[in-house]
Amino acid sequence: MALEEELAGIAGAYGGTGDLVRHPTRTDVVVLRRGEVVVKAHSVRDEVESLRPRLRAAASAALSGLMLAPLDPEVLTVAGRAVTVWPAGRPVSQDDPDAAPWEEGARLLARLHAVPLTLLPALPAAGGPARAARAVRRMPGDGPVEQLVRRAFSELPEPEPGPGLLTHGDWHLGQLVCRDRWLLIDVDDLGIGDPAWDLARPAAWYAAGLLDPVVWDRFLGAYLASGGPALGRGDDPWQWLDLPARALTVQLAAVAVLNAEREHRELDEVEHSLVESCNRIVRA
Amino acid sequence: MQCPKCRGNMRTYERNGVHIEQCDNCRGIFLDYGELETLTRMESQYHAAPPPAPGPAWGAPHGAPHGGHYGHHRGQRSWVGMLFST
Repeated sequence: MALEEELAGIAGAYGGTGDLVRHPTRTDVVVLRRGEVVVKAHSVRDEVESLRPRLRAAASAALSGLMLAPLDPEVLTVAGRAVTVWPAGRPVSQDDPDAAPWEEGARLLARLHAVPLTLLPALPAAGGPARAARAVRRMPGDGPVEQLVRRAFSELPEPEPGPGLLTHGDWHLGQLVCRDRWLLIDVDDLGIGDPAWDLARPAAWYAAGLLDPVVWDRFLGAYLASGGPALGRGDDPWQWLDLPARALTVQLAAVAVLNAEREHRELDEVEHSLVESCNRIVRA
Repeated sequence: MQCPKCRGNMRTYERNGVHIEQCDNCRGIFLDYGELETLTRMESQYHAAPPPAPGPAWGAPHGAPHGGHYGHHRGQRSWVGMLFST
């Protein structure tokens, strides 16, 4: 509670007025909105030294119009937690995912991946691959499903070394907000990496039979039409998507197992499709 | 064989099981009996061929292009949650 009060004070100092609204998010992160200001207390797990250049990158002119710029380019410290301050934006409506701005998201990623690294502060590695490993480590239990997910993870091929590009590191529909136009948010995993990882979550949904192929085509088509550099120049984007999509499938399955365990329930049909996907991966 | 039109020399070609003669002089083409039907059939097969299913070898089998089974989980909490969170 003390943290929330301090965050409310910070929001006020940056011009936020009115009631405090706590945004639902990961359990290790606190996001509070007060009027037009959003204050985020980052996970205690995150390294502040990595967050600093990521935040400055989001504040830089090179990412203007691509990523939401913070109200303060420096990381604040509150009660031992790293805190960042942002202008509020309108998130994507969860009522109709098919009507979400899939194309706009793809175009923003294509442009993000094409930003020359020389225009940005020195950035750490993008967070995608580490996220997958962490999700598998956090999975409790050792039943057949857990064993399958761990096996699918351990059998992932080594990525081929390639030139690193600017990569968001954790893209999904919750990473878009609208302020006049759509912008990417969340710098926590921003860094240098294989940009195909940013397309890998929708790719994994599609490969699991969850994402409508029509929506996947809209997303992929918009990325390619915008000249996104993640998928080479060939005619088979899966040559580049295969490995990260496998990793994201494993990550999503591990998170599903963890969520079901927390809520003391069985996997539902959607979550089970991810486990089935893991099964096909180990047999492929 | 001589070209029935200009008396030029005809050369024989074999392409995908279709046997054709072409005149070296006037470039006219002579088809054997039934070869025109074979060509027509091959053309329609070419245009009707479905594009190879794009996706990984381990992907779920997708149904019809506008497959009706994507609707059933559309509003499911875990699906929407997954679309919008880490």
